[in-house]
Order: sequence, then structure tokens, then C-alpha cells
Amino acid sequence: MPADDLKPNEQIHPGKPVIVDRYTIGARINHWITAASLILLALSGLAMFHPSLFFLSGLFGGGQFTRFIHPWIGVVLFFSFLGLFLRFWKANLWRRDDGTWLARFRDVLANHEDNVPEVGKYNAGQKLVFWSMSVLIVILISSGLVAWDQYFSQYTTIDQKRLAILVHSIAAVAIIGVWIVHFYSAIWVRGTISAMTRGRVTGGWAWRHHRKWLRELVTRSSKGTGSSGQKPAK
Amino acid sequence: MFPPLPNPSTTETAPRFSEKDLIRRSASTVPAPEQQLTEVAKLIDVSKCIGCKACQTACIEWNDTHPEVGVFAGAFENPPDLTPDMFTLMRYSEWDNPETNELEWLIRKDGCMHCADPGCLKACPAPGAIVQYSNGIVDFVHENCIGCGYCIKGCPFNIPRISKVDHTAYKCTLCSDRVAVGQGPACAKACPTQAIVFGTKDEMKGWAAKRVEDLKSRGFANAGLYDPPGVGGTHVMYVLHHADQPELYSGLPKEPRISPLVEAWKGVTKYAGLTVLGVAAGVGLLHHLIMGPNRVTEADEERAEELTEGDSHARR
Repeated sequence: MPADDLKPNEQIHPGKPVIVDRYTIGARINHWITAASLILLALSGLAMFHPSLFFLSGLFGGGQFTRFIHPWIGVVLFFSFLGLFLRFWKANLWRRDDGTWLARFRDVLANHEDNVPEVGKYNAGQKLVFWSMSVLIVILISSGLVAWDQYFSQYTTIDQKRLAILVHSIAAVAIIGVWIVHFYSAIWVRGTISAMTRGRVTGGWAWRHHRKWLRELVTRSSKGTGSSGQKPAK
Repeated sequence: MFPPLPNPSTTETAPRFSEKDLIRRSASTVPAPEQQLTEVAKLIDVSKCIGCKACQTACIEWNDTHPEVGVFAGAFENPPDLTPDMFTLMRYSEWDNPETNELEWLIRKDGCMHCADPGCLKACPAPGAIVQYSNGIVDFVHENCIGCGYCIKGCPFNIPRISKVDHTAYKCTLCSDRVAVGQGPACAKACPTQAIVFGTKDEMKGWAAKRVEDLKSRGFANAGLYDPPGVGGTHVMYVLHHADQPELYSGLPKEPRISPLVEAWKGVTKYAGLTVLGVAAGVGLLHHLIMGPNRVTEADEERAEELTEGDSHARR
């Protein structure tokens, strides 16, 4: 039975080194639109969050434009992330092994990945990043709409707006924290970035960090050739 | 009668206060001013108000705003609410006094209270968009305003309004430009019954005490001054015949204060938030320095090759 986290586009190209397709061009474009939106949102949002960071509004051509553009970028992010969510949610469902992986997180941090269960397409940390992002983005867009005075001020009371902006800023801090985890993991675990730039990783990377995924891909490709290729020689 | 404000002199007068007299500036700090100006205040005696709206007219004229011609909404308020072009508004409420069985027409001139602890200024993220002078005037500086509407959330009295034209916030300035040259606010100047008087805060408190005494002698046992301590006192004060129930006057808050939600947002969230992010980034950096990168080894690549090789052998 093919595992849930396998996609048809994920192909193995034997060679030295082995190359494994991880993300389609569509997924990558989708990811980078989301990434750019998130970074622009963080910069413009932080400008309005803390006086010491107000200078960041200069990146957007001043406070007025920062105030104007921030919610619109939020709308872009919401729909862009929705695309990512629909692409990735299945592979991010929580499994029994994820608990074990998390319990041995110290080994992961110590670069001793041999002591943790073999990982499918995503490890427990990646899944937590995915689900935190999903939940936080829903919180941010809904509280953000309440605080979007230009178009929505008449629909809520001032007390609701106060609560919304407080929730919005706490959720924003949380999502920037999650982003730091996401960003750091991508650079700490070398060989990861190419998954989102060129769409492929080396076999060694997959063996080291997502062995179960690699094994499943190998199994699928051998089966795939068996059934869709020529009839078994007999 | 309270001595009326003198007419302006015909010679040019230097402003009596300027940026040097700021005691607070939004999203930034100011050096302590060299001198402390005498605190000013506007006193609105609702018991003397006849609801003529001369104050509104004077306000429009002096501030050169151009409110839209409204429609009749079945109430005396016109416009129905404060707008970016209407900094002050007469609010009318009819109240059946259960004790006397009489109908009372309670009229209140609504507008910025010029709080000593201004919630708008606390909430404002734009440096210098809201300022407070040591004489108590809280003013909006439009070229610094970004139109975010945070002041609306900060204000305990629901006063600031964002203009749809230039996307900046507007409210009563206490006629800071007039006060700066020794004049009083336009509304006080125009008021035909001295329901609005202007002077130093101490003078106004003294005058209010006399008014309260007078009202009490006329049977308003609960008459009093509205100078709410929850916002540190205000530089616009009311004399109310029912000071024990300010809500009667079109919802004047009984114990106004900056909402705890705003305090949390502009207090602990602001500082803890940046700390959390700083720590997260620091931990990442530290981890990288101590543990180093997690690199794929030659052996890993070989194992992957074996795995796929084995597979391609099987396929052959």
C-alpha cells in the first residue's frame, strides 16, 4: 500500500549521487510567495508593533503605506498558505512514530539522528511547524480583519478591536518564532534548501533525514516498474 | 459670571508653548521640558447648556473643517456621531428621573477629554503622531500619523476618527493654536451661556466647586465635577447634576481608564514579544556554534545509492 505522504511527482533518479525529487515547481512557487509574504508581513508588522522597529516602515515607503499594504499582504499570505496547506496537510498528519521522534529530540539536536525512528516525508518538528503555521495564520487573518479599520471598522465594537489587536500581536510573535525555527532548521540541516529551490535533494540527504520516505519511494518505483512496465518475464 | 476670555491682540504674539514643552510623544521619548506650563482646562457645565450647538459651529469654523450636509435621523444630534470633520458633538439624552418623576433633558458636549494619561498616545505606533504638552493639551500631528486607528483602540472615550480622505486621525485639539497665543478654545468663545469656560485647571476646579455648590442648593444632591482619576484626570471636565451616574449623559463612562487589553498589548506583549524572538534567534545561533551543521556524509550517499542500486538490480 502506498504511504499517504508519497506524491506521484516524487521520483528517484539513480546515479552518483542519487537525486530525489521532493517538490514540484508549483509547490516551490507557492512556497516562495508564502515566504515572501510572511517576511514582508513580519517587517511591516514589527514596524507597527514596537517603536524601536518603526524605522522598518521606511522599507515600505513610510508609515502610511506600511499601514495600507500590511493587511493586503496578509490576504496574499492567507490564500498562498491555503495552497500549501492543501498540498501538504496529508503528509503532515500526526503518526505514532512522531511522538517517539519528539521524545528523542535531544538526539536530533545533537546531530545523532540514528537514535530516532526513521522519518517519512516530514519529521515531527516539521509537522509541528506546519500545524502551528496553519493555526496561527487562521488566528492572524481573523484578528487582522477585525483590526483592518479602513474597510471593516464598522462591523465590530472597540472592545472587540482591542482584543483582536492583542491576539494579533501575540499570534504574530508566535508565528515569527515558528518561522525562526523553520528558517534555522533549513540552514542547520545542510542540503535542505535545494528541496525548495531546485525541487530535489540528494539520496544521502533523504537517507539521513527521511529514510522511511526514501524506502517507500524505492519500493514504489520497483513496484511501479513491475506493474506498469512489461509483463513479468516467465 | 466667569471672566470672559479677552479678545485677541492685534499685534503678533509669539506662541506660548512649542515642541520644547512636550511631556509625552508617541512611540518615542522626549527630554524633560525645562519649564512646567500651567495646566489648562476646559470646563463644560452641562447644567447651563441650552443645546444650541454654537460650540459645534465655532469648532467647524475655527478648524476649517467641512462636514458633509447630513440627513435628519430623528434625533437632535447632528451629525449623528463625531466624524473626522466634527471634533465636538452635542449629545442629547432624555431621562425620566425616577425620584422626581420629571423628564430631564441631559445635553453633553462630547469631544476629546485631553486625559493626563492619554490612551491614544499610549497605543500610537507612529513616532510623534500624538503629543502631550505640559499644559495638558493632547494633540495629533498629522504629518506623522499613519492612519492605523490604534488611537481609537487606546481611547477610553471613543473620540478619534480616521479621515477617509487623508487617512489620518482627527479629534479636538483644545484649540492648541489659539491657546498658544493666549486665546481660549473656539467653542468656549462662542458659548452664549458660559456652559463652556476655559482657564487654568485650578481655576476651573475652583469654578466648578462653586457651580456644584449652587446646583446642590437647588436640589441636585449628587451634583459634582467629572475629572476621572482613572485616566489621571482630564483637561476637559464636566459639571454634572448627576455626577453619581455619568452614564446618563449619553454614555459618559463612569470609571474610564485605558483598557487592560490595551495595557497588555502595549506593555508586556511589546517587551516580552521582542525578548522571545531575540532569545529564539540567539538559541539558534548558539546551537549552530556548539553543534555545528548537520551534514550529509559520504556514507549516507553510498547507502542511498545501494538502496536504489539494489532496486534497479532487482528491476533488471
